[in-house]
Amino acid sequence: MVGASSGIGAEIVRQLASQGCRVAAVARRGDRLKGLAAEFPQNVFPFEHDVTEYNSVPGLFQTITGQLGGLDLIVYASGTMPEVGITEFDFAKDRQMIEVNLLGAIAWLNQAAIRFQNTKAGSIVAIGSVAGDRGRAGQPVYNTSKAALTTYMEALRNRLCKVGVKVVTIKPGPTATEMTAHLHMRGMAKATDVAAFTLKKADRTGEYYFKFTHRIAFFIIRHFPSWLFRKLSI
Amino acid sequence: MSAPILESPTPLPVERIQKLVGYGMRSHADGYLYRPTSVSEIRKIIDLARNTGRKIVLRGAGRSYGDANIGSECVVIDITRMNRILSWDAETGIIDCEGGVTIEGLWRSTIEDGYWPPVVSGTMYPTLSGALGMNIHGKNSFKVGTIGDQVRELEVLFPTGELKVLTPEDELFYAVISGAGLLGIITRVKLKMKRVHSGNLKVLAVSCDNWDDQFEIFNKFEHDSDYMVSWIDCFGRGSQAGRGQIHVAWYLNEASDLPVSLLPSNQDLPDSIMGLFPKSSVWQILKYFNNRPGMRFINYVKHNASKLLGNGKEIEQGLVGFSFLLDYVPNWRNAYLPGGFIQYQSFIPREHAKEVFSKQIAMQQEAKLESFLGVFKLHKPDKFLFSHAVDGYSLALDFKVTAKNWSRLESLCHRMNEVVLSAGGRFYFAKDSTLRPKDVHTYLGEETLKKFREYKKLCDPEGMLTTDLAKRLELV
Repeated sequence: MVGASSGIGAEIVRQLASQGCRVAAVARRGDRLKGLAAEFPQNVFPFEHDVTEYNSVPGLFQTITGQLGGLDLIVYASGTMPEVGITEFDFAKDRQMIEVNLLGAIAWLNQAAIRFQNTKAGSIVAIGSVAGDRGRAGQPVYNTSKAALTTYMEALRNRLCKVGVKVVTIKPGPTATEMTAHLHMRGMAKATDVAAFTLKKADRTGEYYFKFTHRIAFFIIRHFPSWLFRKLSI
Repeated sequence: MSAPILESPTPLPVERIQKLVGYGMRSHADGYLYRPTSVSEIRKIIDLARNTGRKIVLRGAGRSYGDANIGSECVVIDITRMNRILSWDAETGIIDCEGGVTIEGLWRSTIEDGYWPPVVSGTMYPTLSGALGMNIHGKNSFKVGTIGDQVRELEVLFPTGELKVLTPEDELFYAVISGAGLLGIITRVKLKMKRVHSGNLKVLAVSCDNWDDQFEIFNKFEHDSDYMVSWIDCFGRGSQAGRGQIHVAWYLNEASDLPVSLLPSNQDLPDSIMGLFPKSSVWQILKYFNNRPGMRFINYVKHNASKLLGNGKEIEQGLVGFSFLLDYVPNWRNAYLPGGFIQYQSFIPREHAKEVFSKQIAMQQEAKLESFLGVFKLHKPDKFLFSHAVDGYSLALDFKVTAKNWSRLESLCHRMNEVVLSAGGRFYFAKDSTLRPKDVHTYLGEETLKKFREYKKLCDPEGMLTTDLAKRLELV
């Protein structure tokens, strides 16, 4: 579980560990990981790691699979969404989102893809976002990072489905986590529910919206022509 | 700017990782697969494993049914490319070969000189290293013992780097053979082949209606036959329990000239059934019958056919055709997909065999988990450390595994284990999937396990050699 220190990732770790799975919890914030590992001392193995340290990923990936004694499932949930003003263009923030949301995912999931295409088994899951479905005024680069992640995952799926590897993209929609706390939105999904949904879909290749209403709404939104979309305030 | 993006090399090459399965396809594990071609390459692989902190699993042709040939996240040394025959003397029948030579390699390279491997398994594909690690037996087990009994000399590479030659005079010889690949790597084997005068056997088929018949026929031919094996229909119940068909076979010794039957090409199994139906597709048909009603039907038909056709008749059959029944239908095990199957073989002393096997058949029927195939054989004890053999009989059972039935099947096997252990019976690692440490402790005894741990300390002090079976049974 990459991106395990809070939110959906931490919930996925908890749910897997309570089912008896051995889970490697990978995240930047070591103190959070320690707390998580203390909850399930037999099942959770903490690994402190910054996903933008791309160079260390292959070695760490092999260490983790060695310690777990195999690998059936990898979930990438690391994500960042700094507050971006409606007129703000801050390259540092933009770059961080691309590095964490996209390049980190590619660094980790490439390793899983290499392994699973050899073993002809396994599931690769990434937490995408409905935000990747269109480019919107509020979060240009968050949208970009998630759109690119979705495209990367689709390409992985098309490569790996031939050898029986499951590749799954989850689009949770607004979820109550630390990442979205600054949005002050009401009616957000609970991280526990999204985590349970993610694990339910983890062995079914495809792209999944957490909410059925999102599936319908974003089907329509995706098909708005650009000239119409920019006139709407959605 | 962050550091330039360079792929840092992983300790072990990622492309080596493979999913390796036991023959029954239920057990599998991902390991880093290496297929060395020489002792010096094996040494390098051992060093690599040591330097990367990985354990080593030894694997031959992968014909052990359970988890004896796999190990999660281990470096796997597959011996199959070390398959050279180093010398062959048709005068003495002594063959010297690398450990990756298969049973098939043995018979193909010696049969035209009038020799046959002294012990063969039901399939010709196991390697000698694997066959000796498990100390396999054949349908002549009651007469000649196991394959280990035929070996004159072994060359073994220990994880310490020491290369040693072992002969039957060495104590360690009896531990490396049967040691399940946990002590050292068998890199070279010298064994004595069996002189034969024909490529055919005289085979007698006898139909049996129940266990009494089975034991009677085995008793009758025990001292006057070269091979004996019986097929058991596990669906037979009550007075029909233990019904099946025994095949008794003899070498042909009369012929003085080497007949054409000794040419390898005349031994090859046909590629179609009755010259019509291609065998390669048979498993796809078999799949539809590979369920309780289907197998009940097939077993019933086979039993009645054995009664009506050819019962008591003697025929001549090729050594290959008689010996390698498992190779008769290519890929037959695929009919057990997706869950695979397990084999359960227990070895029971003579005096309790009938009672134990009757119980096992009744227990399966009660659990509605009948074995689709039963194979019944006679054995004699041997001197090897992890010996499975007894002065008695064995019954091998094939159970289909599904996601739904596994917990019931496992519990059935555990209950059958109790019956076996209380009768002083034994088990066989090549066939095992369900034993627990306490079962092994009971049948091998503390003395044997202590001896094994001493050998392990001596041969593999770092504890590098392991398997998923060894971990499950707490042997390492």
